[in-house]
Amino acid sequence: MKLLEYEAKEIFAKYGIPVPRSGGVITDAAQLAEALKKAGDGPWVLKAQVLAGGRGKAGGVKIAKTPAEAEAIAKAMVGMKMVTHQTHGKALTVAEVLVNKCSDIKREIYIAVAMDRKGERPMVIASAEGGVAIEELAVSKPEAILKVPLDAVRGIEPFQARSLAFKLGIPAKELRSFTAFVTALARIFIDLDASLVEVNPLIITPDDKIVALDGKIVTDDNALFRQKALAERPDHEATDLELEAKKVGINYIGLDGDIGCMVNGAGLAMATMDTVALAGGMPANFLDVGGGATTEQVTAAFRIILTDPKVKAVLINIFGGIMKCDVIAQGVLSAVQKVEFKVPLIVRLEGTNVEQGRELLKKSGLRLTAADSLWDAAQKAVSALKENKQ
Amino acid sequence: MSILLNKDTRLVVQGFTGEAGTFHAKQCIEYGSKVVAGVTPGKGGTQHLGVPVFNTVEDAAMATGANASLIFVPPPFAADSILEAAAAGIKVIVCITEGIPVLDMARVKKALAGRPLPVLGGGGTPAPETPGAGRPVRLVGPNCPGVITPGQCKAGIMPGYIHKPGHVGVVSRSGTLTYEAVWQLTGQGLGQSTVVGIGGDPIAGSNFTDILKLFQADPETKAVVLIGEIGGTAEEEAAAYIKAEMDKPVFAFIAGRTAPPGRRMGHAGAIIEGGSGTHASKVKALEAAGITVVENLSSIGATVAKALGAAFAGSR
Repeated sequence: MKLLEYEAKEIFAKYGIPVPRSGGVITDAAQLAEALKKAGDGPWVLKAQVLAGGRGKAGGVKIAKTPAEAEAIAKAMVGMKMVTHQTHGKALTVAEVLVNKCSDIKREIYIAVAMDRKGERPMVIASAEGGVAIEELAVSKPEAILKVPLDAVRGIEPFQARSLAFKLGIPAKELRSFTAFVTALARIFIDLDASLVEVNPLIITPDDKIVALDGKIVTDDNALFRQKALAERPDHEATDLELEAKKVGINYIGLDGDIGCMVNGAGLAMATMDTVALAGGMPANFLDVGGGATTEQVTAAFRIILTDPKVKAVLINIFGGIMKCDVIAQGVLSAVQKVEFKVPLIVRLEGTNVEQGRELLKKSGLRLTAADSLWDAAQKAVSALKENKQ
Repeated sequence: MSILLNKDTRLVVQGFTGEAGTFHAKQCIEYGSKVVAGVTPGKGGTQHLGVPVFNTVEDAAMATGANASLIFVPPPFAADSILEAAAAGIKVIVCITEGIPVLDMARVKKALAGRPLPVLGGGGTPAPETPGAGRPVRLVGPNCPGVITPGQCKAGIMPGYIHKPGHVGVVSRSGTLTYEAVWQLTGQGLGQSTVVGIGGDPIAGSNFTDILKLFQADPETKAVVLIGEIGGTAEEEAAAYIKAEMDKPVFAFIAGRTAPPGRRMGHAGAIIEGGSGTHASKVKALEAAGITVVENLSSIGATVAKALGAAFAGSR
């Protein structure tokens, strides 16, 4: 789960990390005056609360010197559609705008705690050269990136925090506040079961104070059973369809193509998308109905796929392992009877009792195309789509 | 020969009396696996599926000589179950459980690198081994379909009948995708030495390289099929190992060529991985190591059969 900037900053503040004075979040320009009052004297910064980096370049971060300027910005920003280099061409709607008092910046530092898959432990990543795109720095000047491996229980050790402070050139009188800051950052990572806690930038003000100017937290969905407070937060990233799918244990991600895919298992689902593309088609979604593929899941998956108006054909690819093919065929049949559909349906079944399963589908008299292999299914879906379009 | 499991493997199932444990343990027994014990805390002394149930893995290992464990314990308690099996001296631990928090796995891996110790005293406790000697523990999973040595031992949730004893080793991060590949191999008359699902979690007990080392050392394994997917750097590391150390032919498929680049973890993950982890980078690394990368999943069986045809004639 990804938290918005203001949610991350609220957590930072709880852990004693200095953040800019905040006027809170507004969802309507009418709430602005109150927010400005809370944030103190201007100038202020208004920041679109969306889950994508590159907001500044896309007009999602603006400075206002006067209340009149702030009002003009707020009116334009609330409800605006935003495309950044991280939104993959899709526009995000700005529902919330954070109002902060502006901070004076002497220096910018990049710092984050992330899970290091290779090292199999959390790691602090930092760079004294904040402000530039950190991904570019990783390629052009990897030696400028500092890495501190952490213990998954203890977090950062004091000597590591001090060493990092010296290497980053933190002003001597801020040594203690920096070590407290980075210790808190590691603590947040562990306490929240995070996969990323990022501060970009951490600033040093002209009077040598450190302040977390931005914040990003991504948490591990697997740990929601012990992260009750997180579990209650709204998921900003998932679409309504994706949320509906999640409820019934289906993993669904909407895509841009027109061939709806229903597959059991994430790896096979990805490979099915790849095969559709190889056959000249475009998948409309990634959908993993789960390894078991129960009748309820197949029915729900079918409904979710058909809710997407882009879908002009549906490909079902189920490798029945433990779940027998005749049972899956019955699931497909009951789903097809419950959910009205007008698009071609291509079904590829493989696994235990496959003959009985295919027989059931054939006898049903339903308008569906059976396929012998995944490649056969992908080709049939693509040609059915072409006929459907004509 | 095979890797990890064979006809003499004595399995203990943790989370034995639960729904998943019961269903899949039954399938393993029907396949012919020697399931010698089950563990469910509080149900020790009872029988389930005709197998004795114990309160702890230690009790089970002492009483039955179990030397491999199969875990179906729910996510909040699964990491602890892995440590319990390791502490009881279990050599091969296969964890099926899906949904274990990543931090728990980081802690498990650190503990396994050291040596978890059993509680001493109370009678029946095996004497602790010489400090520092270490006990080889091989963890496979979590979030995986398990391990099967066809015709000998199935420790997992894969359908047994799609497999056939033979000489192709299979290692994969995916479940049903593995079944698809194995089914194609069997359809081509190519049996498998052992099929290992290492699971798709960010931190896994064994990675590709760990399993490839075992296949390289196994005289019965003549070729290996590696099934990867986007994300992480395990495939790139495997490619480096194969290039440097392996003389057996390796065939690979990487899922996720068309997966959208979004939904990633932000900057930091990419920084650690240094720009690798994409489909293109994995294919490039594997091909540079001389590995045949199959683009179309549906042709993986035929590709392997064709390449191995001459070498394998008469020994399938």
